[in-house]
This record gives sequence, structure tokens and C-alpha cells, in this order.
Amino acid sequence: MLDDQFEFLLRLGDNALVLSQRLCEWVGKGPALEEDMALANTALDLLGQARLWLTLAGEVEGAGRGEDRLAHGRDAHEFRNLLIVERPNGSYADTLVRQYLFDEWHHRVLDALKRSSDGRVAAIAEKAAKEVAYHLRRSADLVVRLGDGSAESARRMQAALDELWMYTGEMFAADGVDEVMEAHGVCASVASLREEWLADVGATLAEARLAMPAPDAWMQKGGKQGRHTEHMGYLLAEMQFLQRAYPGQQW
Amino acid sequence: MVSAPAVSAAQVWAWLAEVEDPEIPVISIVDLGIVRDVRCEDEAAGGECVVTITPTYSGCPATHVIARSVVDALERRGVPGVRIETRIAPAWTTDWMSEDGRRKLREYGIAPPVGLAATQIIPVRDIGRGPARFAAHAAPVPEGLACPRCGSPKVQLTSPFGSTPCKALYRCLGCLEPFDHFKCH
Repeated sequence: MLDDQFEFLLRLGDNALVLSQRLCEWVGKGPALEEDMALANTALDLLGQARLWLTLAGEVEGAGRGEDRLAHGRDAHEFRNLLIVERPNGSYADTLVRQYLFDEWHHRVLDALKRSSDGRVAAIAEKAAKEVAYHLRRSADLVVRLGDGSAESARRMQAALDELWMYTGEMFAADGVDEVMEAHGVCASVASLREEWLADVGATLAEARLAMPAPDAWMQKGGKQGRHTEHMGYLLAEMQFLQRAYPGQQW
Repeated sequence: MVSAPAVSAAQVWAWLAEVEDPEIPVISIVDLGIVRDVRCEDEAAGGECVVTITPTYSGCPATHVIARSVVDALERRGVPGVRIETRIAPAWTTDWMSEDGRRKLREYGIAPPVGLAATQIIPVRDIGRGPARFAAHAAPVPEGLACPRCGSPKVQLTSPFGSTPCKALYRCLGCLEPFDHFKCH
């Protein structure tokens, strides 16, 4: 049970940490000042959430690893994030579609976790859900504005959606860890969130005049179990550089 | 002899009311609702003072500075031992901001939060949805939001995110000045 809970918390923390790192890559070169600030603020919220989840994961593990060791001392195969969050930023359409698909899932998961049998999990979820609700408001709005925008913005958004869609199946694919957590009331069934997610994503895409890819399309998987894409190593090389070069260094 | 705290909790609260928020130095951390609890041990037990604080947003970088400022403020006044505890539940909300704090924000040029966060919770399925969602340029102006300079209620969102996680950028359509709005959260 404790091993499963550790894995489960790593997944939550790593999703937030890796997406935060990706969003930080935009800082200073967003397409507009407002977007630059939005990405930086979203990244900051996610980083704060990652710290809370990873600190708790370290406590549950009981091996003396704190948030920093977990963030900077693990190699790619030890990360448990969904593959979608490690996808490269690409064009702004790729970044936005990735954010929107993730936000729609992330907010639902956090909302369910507010009712977790583990009070520590519920407390972090309660705090994070308020922040993620704001992320979703923005990303959903931009998907509609750019999907139903110019011919060029629509083309790019559709291409991003078609490319990223295969990374959404993993969000709802439960494995042994999810089943144990569900049995202990720590989280709701991840599969149960899928119908609602599909309906709401479908509504947004319809409003954005974008074509929703087939829900039963072939899907990528493996991130939750530590099997990552070739991009993960490069991301970690940048994120972990300082702690790798100067282990234990502090500000 | 009856043992008593080295310093009273009320005195500590008063000192903390002078500790400024590092991002918005016109408002104190007590005004912001960041200080949740103060407990002072008896002198015989060491006289340690435990201050419980809560972060505003999960990633707010000011949290670390605030903890440091609390320790500094109390040690400077001779409190023998200061310990900071961080509590995240219940989650911080702008509902805890004092009336005095709201007034100070307005005078500083930041429009304070309007309404109660607790009454503005949007059901999951409705977040960003509904008629307002697809007309973002017209929305979302919270009811009661007014320009902190001229008081005009005719304001427009320019960016949902501002210089800190807790603020959004608006523009007044009356005096045409841009301003920060401390979001209801």
C-alpha cells in the first residue's frame, strides 16, 4: 500500500513538475506579454503544487528523500508523469492544446481528490484545484479563440490536436497502482472521469470549430510506469543541471 | 508562582501586523490572512513562539520571504525562540483579507477582491463554460469591481495574469489608466 501511494504521489507531482518546466521554457519569448505572464504564472502554480506532492511522497516513502532529491535526483525512468506533459512546446498551438487537454483532466482529478480518504491528499487537492480552475478558464477560452480564429490559427490548432490526441488515453488507463489507491479510497477511479472529459472537451472543440479525433483511436502509454519518450532526457538534463553538477547545492 | 508566556499571543499578533507583504508592501501579512495562528509557550517551557502561516498560492515565491520576515520581526523584539509552521488546509482565500487591508490596497492603486470566494465557486463542468466563456473580451469582469483611481465601474480585463499569481491586469474605460486587480480566490 505504501509503495503504491508513493507511486501515486509521484505521478501527481511529476505531472506538475514536468509541465511547469516545459512552460518555463517560454518565459521571455511568449508571443505577447500577456501570454508570457500567463505561462509563467501557470508554471509557478504547477511548481508549487509539485513541491507539495513530492514533499508528501518523500514522507510516505520514509527514506529521507525530500522534494529536491526527488525532483533533481531521479533519472528519466524513475519519473512517473504522463507523456503528454513532456511533449516539446512546438508552436504556440501545440503548447496551448497540450495545456487545455491536460487542464480538463487535471481539474477533474483534483476535484475528485478533494474527497480522498487521506486528509493530506485532500488538502493539497483543495488548494491546487482553485488554481487549476483558473488555468482551465484561460486555456479553454484560447482554444476557442484560436480554433475559431484565422485560417492559419485553425490549421495549426487542428494539427496540434491531431498530434497530441494519442497522448490523452494514458490519463484514463488505470493500472495496479490506481486500483490499490481506489480500493483504499485515496482516489476515485481514473477511468470514471473519461466520459465527462470527452463530453466537455467535445463541447469546447465544437465551439472552436475543430474536429475531435476519434475517442477510440490508438493511444500511447507508458509515462505513468516510467517509460518515457526521447524528449524526457533532454528536459531533465536542463532542469537538473545544477544539482547534478553541484550535488546538494543550496541558494 | 504561576508560569506565564514570555510574551503574550496578542502582543505577537500586534507585531506581526507590522510585517509587510514582500510583494505589496502597503499591506501586512495579517491583513492578507496569511497568519493563521500564534501560540506562545510558558516561559518555564522555553518561551518558544509558534506562528502558523498559510501560503496564498501554492507557488507563491513570497512565502519563503514571509516566513523569514516573521522570524526576524519576533527575534528582533527579543522573543526567545520562534518556530514557523505551514498549514495548507483550509486553503487560503481572499475572504480572509481584512477590510483595512482592502482599503489599503485600493489606496495603493490595486483594486481589492470583490465578493466572497466561497460564493463564487464554479461547478467543475461549468468552468470556462457557458455563454461568458466564448466571449472572453467582454468577460470576465467581477461584479462590483471598480477602478482604484477614479472609481469607475467601467473596466476591462487586459490580462488574466499579472505581475504576481494573485493579480490580474485591467484597464479603466473611464480614466483610461491600467491597474492591477487582486483576484477573488
